[in-house]
Amino acid sequence: MTSLPTKAPAKKLGLVIDLDICVGCHACAVNCKEWNSGGHSAPMTDWNAYSGSESADGEDAGAWGVWFNRIHTYEAGDGAESRTVHFPRSCLHCEEPACVTVCPTGASYKREEDGIVLVNPETCIGCKLCSWACPYGAREYDYTDGVMKKCTLCIDKIYNENLEEVDRVPACVSTCPVGARHFGDLGDADSAVSKLVSERGGYDLMPEMGYRPTNKYLPPRPRKNTAGATGAPTRLESLAAEAADAVPSGAEGNGFLAWVDAMLSR
Amino acid sequence: MISNPLETVREVVETSPTVSDSVAYTTCYMCACRCGIKVHLKDGKIRYIEGNKNHPVNKGVLCAKGSAGIMQHYSPARLSKPLKRVGPRGSGEFKEIEWEEALSTAAEWLGSVRNTDPRKLAFFTGRDQSQSLTGWWASQFGTPNHAAHGGFCSVNMAAAGLYTIGGSFWEFGEPDWEHTEYFMMFGVAEDHDSNPIKTGLGKIKTRGAKFVSVNPVKTGYSAIADEWVGIRPGTDGLFVMALMHELLKARRVDLDYLVRYTNAPWLVIQDPGAADHGLFARDADGAPLCFDKKAGALANAMTAEVAPALVGEHTLEDGRKAVPAFQLLYDRYTSDEYAPDAVAERCGLDADRIRRIAAELAHAAFEKEVVIDQPWTDWAGRRHEKMIGRPVAMHAMRGISAHSNGFHTCRALHLLQLLLGSIDAPGGFRYKPPFPRPVPPPLKPAGKANQITPGKPMGGPPLGFPTSPADLLIEADGTPRRIDKAYSWDAPVAAHGLMHMVIQNAWAGDPYPIDVLFMYMANMSWNSTMNSSGTMKMLTDKDPATGEYKIPKIIYSDAYASEMVAYADLILPDTTYLERWDCISLLDRPICDADGAADSIRQPVVKPDRDVRPFQDALIEIGVRLGLPGLTNEDGSAKYPGGYPDYLANHERAPGVGPLAGFRGADGTKEGKGEPNPDQLQRYVDNQCFWRHEFAPSERYFKHANKDYLEKAVSLGLIGAANPIIHQIYSEPLQTFRLAAEGHGDVVPPEHHRERVKTYFDPLPFWYAPFEGEMLGEELDKFPMHAITQRPAAMYHSWGSMNAWLRQIHGLNKLYMSRERAEELDIAEDDWVHVTSHHGRIKAQVKLMEGVNPDTVWTWNAIGKRKGTWALDPKAPEATKGFLLNHLISELLPPKGGGYRYANADPVTGQAAWYDLRVRIERAEADAPGTEAEPRFAPLPKPPGGKAGPDTLRYGAKISGEAAE
Repeated sequence: MTSLPTKAPAKKLGLVIDLDICVGCHACAVNCKEWNSGGHSAPMTDWNAYSGSESADGEDAGAWGVWFNRIHTYEAGDGAESRTVHFPRSCLHCEEPACVTVCPTGASYKREEDGIVLVNPETCIGCKLCSWACPYGAREYDYTDGVMKKCTLCIDKIYNENLEEVDRVPACVSTCPVGARHFGDLGDADSAVSKLVSERGGYDLMPEMGYRPTNKYLPPRPRKNTAGATGAPTRLESLAAEAADAVPSGAEGNGFLAWVDAMLSR
Repeated sequence: MISNPLETVREVVETSPTVSDSVAYTTCYMCACRCGIKVHLKDGKIRYIEGNKNHPVNKGVLCAKGSAGIMQHYSPARLSKPLKRVGPRGSGEFKEIEWEEALSTAAEWLGSVRNTDPRKLAFFTGRDQSQSLTGWWASQFGTPNHAAHGGFCSVNMAAAGLYTIGGSFWEFGEPDWEHTEYFMMFGVAEDHDSNPIKTGLGKIKTRGAKFVSVNPVKTGYSAIADEWVGIRPGTDGLFVMALMHELLKARRVDLDYLVRYTNAPWLVIQDPGAADHGLFARDADGAPLCFDKKAGALANAMTAEVAPALVGEHTLEDGRKAVPAFQLLYDRYTSDEYAPDAVAERCGLDADRIRRIAAELAHAAFEKEVVIDQPWTDWAGRRHEKMIGRPVAMHAMRGISAHSNGFHTCRALHLLQLLLGSIDAPGGFRYKPPFPRPVPPPLKPAGKANQITPGKPMGGPPLGFPTSPADLLIEADGTPRRIDKAYSWDAPVAAHGLMHMVIQNAWAGDPYPIDVLFMYMANMSWNSTMNSSGTMKMLTDKDPATGEYKIPKIIYSDAYASEMVAYADLILPDTTYLERWDCISLLDRPICDADGAADSIRQPVVKPDRDVRPFQDALIEIGVRLGLPGLTNEDGSAKYPGGYPDYLANHERAPGVGPLAGFRGADGTKEGKGEPNPDQLQRYVDNQCFWRHEFAPSERYFKHANKDYLEKAVSLGLIGAANPIIHQIYSEPLQTFRLAAEGHGDVVPPEHHRERVKTYFDPLPFWYAPFEGEMLGEELDKFPMHAITQRPAAMYHSWGSMNAWLRQIHGLNKLYMSRERAEELDIAEDDWVHVTSHHGRIKAQVKLMEGVNPDTVWTWNAIGKRKGTWALDPKAPEATKGFLLNHLISELLPPKGGGYRYANADPVTGQAAWYDLRVRIERAEADAPGTEAEPRFAPLPKPPGGKAGPDTLRYGAKISGEAAE
């Protein structure tokens, strides 16, 4: 019920997240929470902040709250061959965001300038249609404020003239210890992020849904965990034979003694 | 104008709001990593904490813990006023008192101890980052009974490194992230050290180097490894020795490196039964000898011109035989005992895999040689045109350290790196200053009878590095002189003390009773101890004869309402890390990097809103009241009337050397050494609270033998003399203890200690099964599983549970186990199980996973909390479902012949062996509402002044201009 921009946004600002090196440390999630606690959609309300509660069915609510970025850790496969994947999840700032088009009040909208999807708290009526529409679970309802909240791509940081230029990136990007998060214009084929996506085979999350997410994920690189993956032989005996061959003629004793008997200087 | 209700109302987004009224730099304390932070303040509140881009540790990044500093600072669990116990110990009943009463009480208790028997003070600190002050204070007080938490944490790593390469992993060194081609990480959970490792892993994976993680558990870092080696706990040493076996058999070792930089050519006397058997043959001046092949004669091994033999039997002047240390090493590790086929099953690994990894190590080291076009000069003054390195780097932490075989395992890891020629070579492990230091550092622990006089300082520091039995702190009959039995026959090389034994020993009066236990930041009645339930009993136990507590007086300082508070008689409330001056000193645990020396400070960013004081200020004030000479002038007045910051700038440990190395000298231009600068702290503040001296490119590698570096290190006061530092593959100090156990020398162990000392003081690393499993003997079948803990990246020990954001990430812990093994035991996800060790039983909830060694169960450390503590509601999941493995771990080993019980610790260093734990898992029941973990303890009341936190937290509502609740 809310229209998307009539002409394609001038920019497609978004994130590129490298699943090859994300260690699942939650730094991005907490720094996001911290920045946004004083930001556009503040506060990031927390419930049971110092308590917890168990419902009648035994479900433990524990402490919970509004987070724009959450880290999930999955295992795929069985036993020692399984893979563990850390997966950060936040709004993907889709090009065809159903969360916007279902919004009955225009509160959810996609910006023409840069493609960022935002929620206007003044006009949000808290109907939650957008959270039903979003297949990525990226929407966060603030039960205390009665409005929907979500990743703003740190809109109050990336353009903030009170900050040094180098700091004008989303909080999750500047804080990421492994360097797994990149920010830029994915609409510009020459941008660093676009190049990264093309070099590494960056992909869309659930493309079959047709929402055309702006954020991209870089897949884990092939693991060097099999024989020959580093160029090394599978065992050293062959090298020992080579070393024996290399013993200078005339050296006495067995191969070992000849080997260590070379004139080594301090 | 009437707006169209169907038209989208455009939001005006403020894209450039004012972020802060002011910005202050300081140092994080959310874990032990000590990153530089930039704190934004708005309307007197903390708006945002981010990493400092210019800081040498974190270079702008910040982890989850650091980013949650706001919630740590404003936690409702903060203590607010000094407390005096009014109910029985352990009841948590206190009354608030004024600081004057608190300080005078402490001074009175401590003064009477100091003037009668200073050893009756046991002063132990936990994750204290001011150990250069606290250790010195103990020495000034006159008690040897001081240490921090290193005995739990990493003394095996530290001691094994310092006795082998004069440096160690983590704080003492780092992998060469820029050049390594093959990185092996052993037993590292996600907290040590937090940001540099993450950044480094990102770098090496992006460069395409191979990353191997050896760890029974595949979580954070291990999950992104190219290869995860899910080894059986406690068998890493076997694996490492099998790698050495392969390399030696294939002759893929760096002989040039061994000859130049290690004691491999030094001749070891072979005269079994003699008092000097196994020691180095030395010349009349005490220099070690080698056999010079050029001259065909014995020669001083420290001279540059020799061509030393690495093998063969050589005849000494007195006609006795000697062999190079390398020969002994070669013989040991090429034996079948350490062949991959012989060790594979015990390690839980495939022998082919061990062989492949050995081949990969050799390939990376020798086929991918790193050449840096940088001339340098070696210790003998010889110029080398290039720096040539072996790009294999290693790092290890608690999974190696917290086993009773950890010292030898860690030494084996260093030997492996030395065989590959990679220590401080490009691409290898690199020292961080002040390391390398001489092997071991020339500092002996004080505490002998003649060094302790009532009312006087002790003649030296409480911690140091023994090199022979003569350095032990024991009585004539061999009984320990320290309360924790450090530097006794129980733990001769206890370089970090044995904090884990203090309460047990003080309670038992073994070796003697104490009067005052003084602790800081040490949650000893909960997660910072083995046998938590037993420890609580010992802390509250009374002598039936007198009705007095067996540990008569307990003083404790903490910023938060931890589990330990209830067990103290006097509480000194500390500030948060954002309210204090502090110093990250080169004299303590440095924050240097391989390319530069650095230190840093904390400055108060916000003022305390409670009646609390920085612990270090309180400690200095107590010292003044006690009249400690280092803290008072002759007239008894305070030498540092400005408290801790005054001390930081003006205290000199040695002439020109103080807590801070930067901006010294009257004008602040001197580095390392120089007279105190009264303006020093301001200079640090102006420099974003840190100082760093970057080494010249010619100084950056081969630091142990690099003339320019060694001379620079002397000028900065890092080492005493610019002599080459020779790696000790064969450890002569260990052999001196073994000889004593054979009856040689003036200081010999009592009979009941001899076999043990003789066995474990092997001058070359060897592997033995972890003690707990061994001691269970035939009972071992009843405890088939290993149990260990891991530290999550987002939570540091117990320091996160009072943090409203971090506890949303880790609010309870479950017992993780292999899905396959659980199915065999008929255990399903979320079932509750009993976990039983030889020492105790707990009940915990199970979570199944794939990435875990099938014989291992594990959990996150210190998430479980006692009801009523940390300002958490007693219904909080931390207190209902969270649990500790600590209850299962005994601090003592089972009795051996004669009934003597050793600490559950490494026999060389005394490192707590809490990863040796063996358990069995039995299904208890399916999950149902209300099921709680066991054991359970009575809830503790909130301390006076303690607040309950808000149930709904809207931090930032005010900052962003909205009306707050």
